[in-house]
Amino acid sequence: MTIMDKTADIPAPRSGGPDDARLLEVRDLHVEFHTRDGVAKAVNGVNYSVDPGETLAVLGESGSGKSVTAQAIMGILDMPPGKIPQGQILYRGQDMLTMSYEERRKIRGQKIAMIFQDALSSLNPVLSVGYQLGEMFRVHQGLSRKQAKAKAIELMERVKIPAAKQRVTDYPHQFSGGMRQRIMIAMALALEPDLIIADEPTTALDVTVQAQVMDLLKDLQTEFNMGLILITHDLGVVADVADKIAVMYAGRIVETAPVHELYKRPAHPYTRGLLDSIPRLDQKGQELYAIKGLPPNLLKIPSGCAFNPRCPKAEDICRTEIPALVPVSEQDGSELPGRGSACHFWKETIHG
Amino acid sequence: MAELDKNDGSMDATPNVTEVVAVDATDETAAVAAIEAPVERGEPILQVRNLVKHFPLSQGILFKRQVGAVKAVDGVSFDLYQGETLGIVGESGCGKSTVAKLLMTLETATAGEVFYKGQDITKLSGRALKAVRRNIQMVFQDPYTSLNPRMTVGDIIGEPFDIHPEVAPKGDRRARVQELLDVVGLNPEYINRYPHQFSGGQRQRIGIARGLALNPEIIICDEPVSALDVSVQAQVINLMEKLQDEFNLSYVFIAHDLSIVRHISDRVGVMYLGKMAEIGTDTEIYDHPTHPYTQALLSAVPVPDPEARERGERIILTGDVPSPANPPSGCRFRTRCWKAQDKCSTELPLLAVPERFKGSESAAAHESACHFAEEKDVVGAAS
Repeated sequence: MTIMDKTADIPAPRSGGPDDARLLEVRDLHVEFHTRDGVAKAVNGVNYSVDPGETLAVLGESGSGKSVTAQAIMGILDMPPGKIPQGQILYRGQDMLTMSYEERRKIRGQKIAMIFQDALSSLNPVLSVGYQLGEMFRVHQGLSRKQAKAKAIELMERVKIPAAKQRVTDYPHQFSGGMRQRIMIAMALALEPDLIIADEPTTALDVTVQAQVMDLLKDLQTEFNMGLILITHDLGVVADVADKIAVMYAGRIVETAPVHELYKRPAHPYTRGLLDSIPRLDQKGQELYAIKGLPPNLLKIPSGCAFNPRCPKAEDICRTEIPALVPVSEQDGSELPGRGSACHFWKETIHG
Repeated sequence: MAELDKNDGSMDATPNVTEVVAVDATDETAAVAAIEAPVERGEPILQVRNLVKHFPLSQGILFKRQVGAVKAVDGVSFDLYQGETLGIVGESGCGKSTVAKLLMTLETATAGEVFYKGQDITKLSGRALKAVRRNIQMVFQDPYTSLNPRMTVGDIIGEPFDIHPEVAPKGDRRARVQELLDVVGLNPEYINRYPHQFSGGQRQRIGIARGLALNPEIIICDEPVSALDVSVQAQVINLMEKLQDEFNLSYVFIAHDLSIVRHISDRVGVMYLGKMAEIGTDTEIYDHPTHPYTQALLSAVPVPDPEARERGERIILTGDVPSPANPPSGCRFRTRCWKAQDKCSTELPLLAVPERFKGSESAAAHESACHFAEEKDVVGAAS
């Protein structure tokens, strides 16, 4: 996978010192699942990085590998059938994939925490929320039950759950969807981690509640200067909170860009297709733009560019050669910081 | 219904909907004939009046007694015109799916009427009800659980013909199913495949083909695209619009994605806690909302444009939707409303054109159930 090395050339949007100071850096990560039907290549060489206080949005459809990448970072992949044949996940310059189980366990939860999509199935239904919140303190900090409970109440107040003192002994089913998601956030925040990975945190929620939860997450992020990886398929949520975006397709990053740039001038036909398929006011009554075809089967990813069977711009080279994620520049050659596109025809896409 | 009685006669609750011309069918044959009669484009095909559905809450094991009721739908009225799409939006728990089930007569209404071509379908039975059910079909939300995994696609789409054999004679069925597969953009050779062999978007197409099988006049779509990937959603929406033109269908389109509802709908109704908060054309609702709930809902939708972050006021509601088992008195929205005053807790606002906009030509003059209805500049969805 030599082509992937070029991605290291892409300059970071915020030059925050040397590379090893990065909070989290994923380098050429590969994940595959060995199934009865063959090997499903879920992640095929992903590179991204997050700095403290920064929000990276990972955008992609189901099966694009966005959640699998997050699970690999957290170290909660089911292995087997999952396997990480190559790649590095660097937390403050240390490769987590080569660490011992005990070392890794110290980072997980304390330094990197995760918020899951479906709060109802991620919380244990037979334990009270106070117990589950307090578990973090008992296990990692060795606090007593009493102290842990006091901490749990404090956390619930921090995520603005009304009447926290009375509700600490309630069970997950007694909370509404938005409140449950707040408990998930509280749990992730418990040990004040440096990085939070939020996997579709608001997908199961109503829009009015979604706005509340995203607001809360944003406030807490600023308060603790945390890095945030937001995994989503909703272009609206991304536009609202992200600093930079990585668009994934079939286990690869096909485009990276700062948020404003991506919406203004996408440099990959897939991103363009996604943006065009949002219903717009002036298109009322007309046919919506639709990306033709279906997302690829991970057992047989198309040769060349994985997007070529669905791409309106595909040519012969797209069917044979995998495009590398290369830096994108202005027409006059001046650099566009933080931008990259994995398309043979990115120039035509962005400037055409 | 005490609030309604104050206004002498329940019809007064909805003064702006046209009077229903009930066809007095004394026997079943006349009722069936009325149901089979064609309706002109632009005429009302379905008229819903003060529809109520309460689910009883009971206590006790041996001696069950009712301790209350979940007021899922509590007095909803609207018209559906032939050939149009009526979008219904609202948060989960507002009763929009219960309305869908009531229109399908999958649930029996506690009170109120649903007139299909002048026939009250809540009171029909036998042959007449069967004829109505043939003409109102449904497309479900989740294409993964709404198709039987043990049946082939041919059996799934052909099953409606077993119940209504008059639509397709036995020998014809296979050909008819293949035709339907072709109409929804699937290969007719897939007729012997099973649902698991298809992707989500393809499965939803199968669900649509099943809905079309009996040549219905109305299709009720309950969140038809929310389970699909973004790039596939647009394909399904385009298909539904194409089919509407081709078969002259009327849609009731229930969804929570406001930009998609705006794209497909001619008129939009906003529901909150079992009541219709506001109803009007898509421009009236999206560009000139007068109900505070609609304004909050629209401004909460994340806009896929990073520049929108900086402009416009964003209303973020506090708290959750109250329980429909014990809804607030007066206006249902008052517990979360920033405009609420004493009047809101005592007097139920009726769904009508607000007094101040009466006779005005402006787009704000549409039905809104708020005592203090006024326009407000908010960040709009899909604008």
